[in-house]
Order: sequence, then C-alpha cells, then structure tokens
Amino acid sequence: MNLHSNSAVGSATNERKSLASLLPNVTLTEPANLAAATIAAANLPSVTAELVKDFAYRAATLVVRSYEKTFTLDYWFYSIDGSPWLRLRVELPEGIRELPSISEQAHAIDWHERYAEDLFGLTFTGHPKLGDFVLHEEWPEGANPMLSDFDASALLIDKEVDPQWQPEKILQTSGAFVMPIGPVYSDYAESAQFFLETVGEDVVRMIPRLHFKYRGIEKHAEGQAFDRAVLMAERFSGSSAVAHATALCQAAEMAVHVDVPPRAQAIRLVAAELERFRHHLAILSDICHSTGMIVPSADVDILEEDALRLSARWAGHRYLYGLICPGGVSRDFSAGEMAALQSGIEEFSRRADRLRRHLEITSSFLDRFEGVGVVPLANARKLGLVGPIARASAWATDLRIYRPYGFYGVAAGIGSPPLEAMESEGDGYARIRVLFSELFTATEWMRRAIKHLPDGPIHKALPDSDGEAIGYVEAPKGAAIHFLELSAGRVKRWQITSPSFVNWHGFHLAAENFAFQDFPIMMASFGLSIAESDR
Amino acid sequence: MPSWFIKGLFSPVKTTRFPKQPETAPGAVPGRPVATDFTSPEQAAHAAAQCPTGAIRAGHISADVNLNQCIYCQRCARTEPPMAWKADYTWARRLRANNLTPQPFRKSLHIRIVDTGSCDAVIQEIKQLSKPYYNMHKLGFFITPTPRHADVLMVTGPLTHHMRLALKKTYDAMPEPKWVIAVGGCALSGCVFSRGFTSAGTVLESLPVDVEVPGCPPPPMAILYGLMLLAGRVGEMPSAKPTIMEKA
Repeated sequence: MNLHSNSAVGSATNERKSLASLLPNVTLTEPANLAAATIAAANLPSVTAELVKDFAYRAATLVVRSYEKTFTLDYWFYSIDGSPWLRLRVELPEGIRELPSISEQAHAIDWHERYAEDLFGLTFTGHPKLGDFVLHEEWPEGANPMLSDFDASALLIDKEVDPQWQPEKILQTSGAFVMPIGPVYSDYAESAQFFLETVGEDVVRMIPRLHFKYRGIEKHAEGQAFDRAVLMAERFSGSSAVAHATALCQAAEMAVHVDVPPRAQAIRLVAAELERFRHHLAILSDICHSTGMIVPSADVDILEEDALRLSARWAGHRYLYGLICPGGVSRDFSAGEMAALQSGIEEFSRRADRLRRHLEITSSFLDRFEGVGVVPLANARKLGLVGPIARASAWATDLRIYRPYGFYGVAAGIGSPPLEAMESEGDGYARIRVLFSELFTATEWMRRAIKHLPDGPIHKALPDSDGEAIGYVEAPKGAAIHFLELSAGRVKRWQITSPSFVNWHGFHLAAENFAFQDFPIMMASFGLSIAESDR
Repeated sequence: MPSWFIKGLFSPVKTTRFPKQPETAPGAVPGRPVATDFTSPEQAAHAAAQCPTGAIRAGHISADVNLNQCIYCQRCARTEPPMAWKADYTWARRLRANNLTPQPFRKSLHIRIVDTGSCDAVIQEIKQLSKPYYNMHKLGFFITPTPRHADVLMVTGPLTHHMRLALKKTYDAMPEPKWVIAVGGCALSGCVFSRGFTSAGTVLESLPVDVEVPGCPPPPMAILYGLMLLAGRVGEMPSAKPTIMEKA
C-alpha cells in the first residue's frame, strides 16, 4: 500500500471534506491513505447507505474483535476512484451483543454478518437469514469459536449429525421438491452441498451449504508466529497460494512499517501473474470439460501442465509455495531464469490465442454458454461481486489498476497500463472471454516487470512489533483482503476475505431459474473454489 | 467451424511412458528432501531448525526426513549447507503389507475421491491424472462418481469435523474388498492445519489406509506411483497371494 499513485493521495483531501460532512469525527492517515471514523451502532445502516450511494464506496470486509467482554467491529470500505480506504468502527459496550444489520444497504456484508453471528455470537437485527452457517447444526448453541476465551484445542461436538438435515423449503407449489447434491458428489468436486429447488426441469433457486471444509485457520493461527500464518495462507487454497501469501505479507509489512525492496515486489508481481495464468487455464479446462469438448479440453490441459512444469522449473514448486515470505521473497532469480520464464509464457500465450480463435467459431461450444448463468450489471454491483466474474458483467473491480499495490503502480506507469478485461453480457461466454483476455494481460504485466526488474536486495526482515493493517491483492479469482493484527510478531487476529467467499454469496443469488443440465456448466464458468471460501 | 478432429489427429502424444520408462521431464516433480550427511552436528541441527513442521530430525552429523510432515516449503533447500533434494516421485509407501491387492483387481481399479478439507491444488493434481500428460486410464485406473462402483477410496485433506460423517458413509457404501489411499501431507499429518475444534484426527488415524502418498501437494507422478503401488504393479511385488477373505 506504500506505492499508491499520486492521484490517489491528491484526491484524498477533497474526499476528506465530503466524508467529513457524513462522518464528523473522521481522521485521515496520509501514508496509509486510510480514513477512519467511529460511529454509533444505530447510525450504521444510514451511514452505509450513503457511503454506497453517494461516495461509491464498496464494502470490503467486516472484522470483529473481542478481547475482553466488549466487541469492536470494523467495517472496511474501499473505492476504485482513488478515495482512501475507510474504516467504520462500531464499539459495543459490555453486555451488548446486538446491532443493526447492513445487509440491506451493502449486500456484500451479508455473509460476513452470518459469519460473525456464528463465530462471535453477535446478533444482527434485520438480517434476512441468520442461523447455522460456518458451524453446522450439530454444534451446541452458544459455541463461538472466534471468541478469545474459546478453547480451540478440543472438539466440542457431543451430538450426532442428523443425516436427513434439509434447509427450509421455500418453494411451495405442487410438484416442487428439493434436489440435494453433495457433499461427496461428481468426479473431482470439492466438498460442498447444494440444494436445488425445482419443479422438474427448471431449477428455481440454488441454496449452497458450505464450510464442510472449515479448517478454522484464522482461529488456529492466533498466538502463532507470523511466519506460520504465511504457510497457512499459502496452503488453505493452493491454487491462489501466491495471492493470499502476498496479501497477508503486505498486511504485516504495513502493520510494522517495513518497505519491501522493489526487486522483491517485482518478483512478487511476476509470481502472481504466473499463478493467474495457470489458474485461468485450469478454469478454462473445467469449462471445456463441462461441455465434453475433448480436443480443446486436451489442448488446455496440456497448456496447464506445461505452465505447472514451467513454474516448478522457475521457482522449485508447481504451485509456487515457499516463494513469498514476510518482507520480500525467499529466493532471487538470475536474468537467464527470468528470460526462460518469459519465453515460456510468451509461447503459452500464443498457443492460448490460437485456441481462443478456434473456440470462438465453434458453435456447439458457444451454444452451451451464450445466455447461460447471466449476471446483469445491477446484480454484480448489488452483490459486490469481484474478479473475472464481475468484469464479465462490466463491473470494474481490478485492484491492480484501481488500487495499485506492490510493483503494479510502477509497471502500470511503463507505457499505457494493460487494460482491464471487460465484457458486458454477464453470461458464461462473457466470462470465458474475460478469462482469455486476462491470460494476455497477465503476460503483459509479467513482460513489464521482467524488463524493468530493479536491482537490489530481495528481502527485509520484519521486526517483532505490534500493529494492525489491511493487505489486499487482486487474486486470480478477485479481490483478496487480509486483515492482520500483530502483537510482538505473533498473530493476534487474522481475517481472510477471499474472492470465493464473496462470489459464492453472489452466485447463489444470481443463479436463478436455470435448467438442470446447465448446472455443471454454470459452476465451471464461475470457477469458484470451496477451499478458498471455507478457510 | 474448425475441424477439431483433424487438430486432434495431428497433436503429438504427450503421455508419460511410466512405468515402462521413468518420467524425467523437468518440472514434472518438485523434488523432495532426503536424508543428508553433514560434517558437523551444528550443521545438522541448523538444517533441522529450518523446518517449520519438524519434519527434519537431526542425528549426530546427519539429518533425516519424515516425508509425511514435509510441506515442501523448500526452506531446507535454501539454507547453507542445504539438505539434499532428490527429483524422484517414488514417495508413496505401502502401509499394510498383509493386505495386498488380489490378482483380479490389479489391471483395473475404480477410484472414488473424497475431499476432507484439502486445498484445491491437491484436487487439481489429481485431476491431472485424467489429463493427457498422465492419462491414468491407459493404466486401468478410473474415477467413479459413486462409492458403490469404487474399489479404492482416495482421501485428501486434514479430515475436518464436518466431513467425518460423509467420509464414513462413503467408505461404508463401498463394496468389499476395498482399499484406501491417503493423498497429501494434509491427510497424513494434517500439514499446517491444526487439530482441535475443527478436526479430531487425520485420515491416517481414522481409516485403514493401505497406501500413503506424501506431498504438498503431491505431483501427479507421485499419486500415479501410489496407485501403481496399491495395485502391486510397481515397487516390491507381493510375496503371498492374499484372498478376499483375508482382506475382510
């Protein structure tokens, strides 16, 4: 966050004036470009409504902390027009565990409130749907694992799971039934459960039941050395390892005021774009498989494995684990190694382009995606979607361009910045086009960073001090936001907001009234991860 | 409309020649740390101290590796003096010597995968097995969506509490004889995921695992080797021919 563009800081003063009219006690921290204000719980809905409507702020995350008997809730907002990050703080006095919900005003916070309700025992009045979310129905009432006095070392469950559990049936018409899918289903699917409410051919709505893979890493990381949290951030969702490790490290570096050497930032950019390239190929492979297109599937599969092998040759690991470390990167690369990486990616990029041109004129392929799983712009905005899915609905979200971090600010300044891949239809085909375009923009980002790779050290040690900050990156699936509070170099509170968590919420509301046979195709074109959402 | 058929015909064969020939393509496996001899006890202790999961145990002037706990962070490879790394894929181990695959199943096994909380990278690597580079179908391994048709249960992940019942039901639904292959460091030791309120114990502790495949994530070659080991087609050949009754 220390490399914000000048325009962002320049417009901050204007923003403070207008923000001050809404939030009288707002304070602005300049280097961090962070506005902070404390408000009364009762004002939360009206203030949020105005922030979203008049200031074009987007809800980023909700961080709840409870160290004594009181609760502190930080609602984080960001915008893509250069205004500062905004932290709205609500403090609940001892004995109060209730506050108004802002799910209506900022829909992206909806699941965050459910998360906080389940794991902290807070009640959000006016929320449309509270109840079992992270912890399933077999957990005893009143068990709130994220509270500081909760013993995380022992299993708490004493009841049997009800195998017949079903959500409340919403559709009340003759012939309506709920089709359960999962948690063990399909060939390679990650564990999650879906309830399709249907009257036969058409699925009226889809209700996901996630968190079968809940590993509680945010809780288990508490009290551990920060270094350990980085290993967890890499491994809770391995296909976005670099993105999450970078976001977490950036939060720590910000919290203890360490500037990462430019060479390390540039290497992080190259690694992040290599990961995006490989990740998008994996999604495109699933998309081709979902339509049974054997030859294009094989083509993408070969490209994906080639990218994995290139990653392993470059950094020693197929999924780039162990490259990002607190304060920089863990190894340096020679000019030859960088050149080998670039020539490999350039070749893959050309092969991907050939494949794209072939697919674009294959009608049997296009027929399955055009007009399938449409998310209109209004929905993308309302649900706060992020990443390629949002961009396919013309909802601008790319943090690399709008909130440049690390080396992205520098790389964007070299010539005209790579354009954000945008489409407007919001259907499956638009998402495919965005994924292909991002392969080529990822190549361009990498090209720039490798060409202008700064010299110097690759690592700077972090002091074992206190501090808190938010770190964010544009992960392959969208904005990944990590909040971190450190105490003497140990994790005191860590909150992950992953793009899949945000988009699963959007997906199940956006996907309505579709045909049964389109379900796998929609899932493939959204390309969401359960591991990343469940954490 | 392009002719995918023609395109397919003229695409070269990419599939690995394993097990007829060893796979040597660079980048197919990330390598693994192996037992290393040092010149002083301090060097061995230093190498062991690099490991965040305690997978490296320092001996007198050597250091040994417990691969089940290794998370492939490569810290031991980047320190001075480093641990030795070996680029092989024979990582899998057979755990139950008296429980060898009976003859009729050797050439064709159907596999049901259950994800009990692994990262998506492990799932991606398993998916690679059906893709052109590894093409396990050629070796007689198939993925089946139903446990009723499955001979092998392939389990990944640290076994979260929420998946415990689903895993048990899947295992119970499989017909005898059945085998379990635990894939990934998370299934064997929990990887970086702690046990406690979210997990009561690993897959290794909860099911009769026949073959373990370490790795974080294990590359497709290591998983393929694990399957071949389970089928008794690589590694030490089964000495006695077991019967179905013995298995039960």
